[in-house]
Amino acid sequence: MSNGISDLTVWLVILVLGIGTFLIRWSFLGALGSRDLPEWVLRMLRYTPVAVLPALVAPLVVWPAATGGQPDPARMAAAAVTVAVGLWTKNMILAIVAGAITLFGLLYML
Amino acid sequence: MSPVPQPRPDSRQPLADGGQPSTLRQTFLRGAVKSLPFLIVMIPFALLFGVVATEAGMDVAQVMGFSVLVLAGASQFTAVQLLSDNASVIIVILSCLAVNLRMAMYSASLVPWLRDASAGQKAWVAYALVDQSYALSIQEYEANPRMTLPHRLAFFAGVVMVVCLPWMGFSWLGATVGKAIPDDIALDFAMPITFLAMIAPMLRTPAHLAACFVAVLGSLVLAGLPSGLGLLIAAPLGMAAGAAVESRSRKGARP
Repeated sequence: MSNGISDLTVWLVILVLGIGTFLIRWSFLGALGSRDLPEWVLRMLRYTPVAVLPALVAPLVVWPAATGGQPDPARMAAAAVTVAVGLWTKNMILAIVAGAITLFGLLYML
Repeated sequence: MSPVPQPRPDSRQPLADGGQPSTLRQTFLRGAVKSLPFLIVMIPFALLFGVVATEAGMDVAQVMGFSVLVLAGASQFTAVQLLSDNASVIIVILSCLAVNLRMAMYSASLVPWLRDASAGQKAWVAYALVDQSYALSIQEYEANPRMTLPHRLAFFAGVVMVVCLPWMGFSWLGATVGKAIPDDIALDFAMPITFLAMIAPMLRTPAHLAACFVAVLGSLVLAGLPSGLGLLIAAPLGMAAGAAVESRSRKGARP
């Protein structure tokens, strides 16, 4: 790499990350999945996607990296429109399109 | 969600060994078609990774090493970012693994659906378990609880073909064609919009809303923690909130 990190170091990161990420993904499915999970665990797992993904993006909506972490009205509005259209129409593609139009429209105008 | 599609007369292919293979293929294709909208986001995102990693000084082989061996967009960007900031190798690895730890929750959440798959099938599902393949598959499994295991795997494979292969291909393209992509196109926001669009239709009960609300609140309050850590606390809090609301509202509604 240009800043003095050796190619070997980069490859080390790639290999360890590759193996580690695979083991994370394989964990329950491969190693722990043969036993029956208790009812309360299953109940919590039903809410995995609706908890993890919004929590993943919420900080990116409020403090976008592109603006140096400053809250940005265009991105907030785009996120709100995406969620509103998604809730209302139950249609993912419509929600993406509405969010993208809002974002680019506002970025263009502001 | 539409109900299980009926085979259309015009798309019927005469097959020597009965209808089952064609049904599996249709399931595979349905997974592929449902993933197509992700390409709008995936292609620019992958190109961007190739460009950013190349600008940070990596060669094409290293870019492909990331996109094929790690195959996890957010952590790949994190790794490149930290490596160019001269962070120590151990910090790079721990931060990126923390970013990816949410996938352990995905893995656990798929167990009830893919429990009976072979060890080899589970291994490749694990390899290709990314946000998009997880979200689309769990949505499909929940909407069609009577899908057989081969159909579940076929659907997953269809999604993976459209979601993961372009990730690799367009990372390579980004690394080779490089800097022709404009900087000011607000690509940073492609991922949040896709994920929000994916989640909103799933918020169908008070329990789902509670899970989402608590997780979002938690992630904002804990945003100051090192990368990925806030999520690992906020998400289980949201999941617990969803479970609590569900068990309170259920009270013998279903056996």
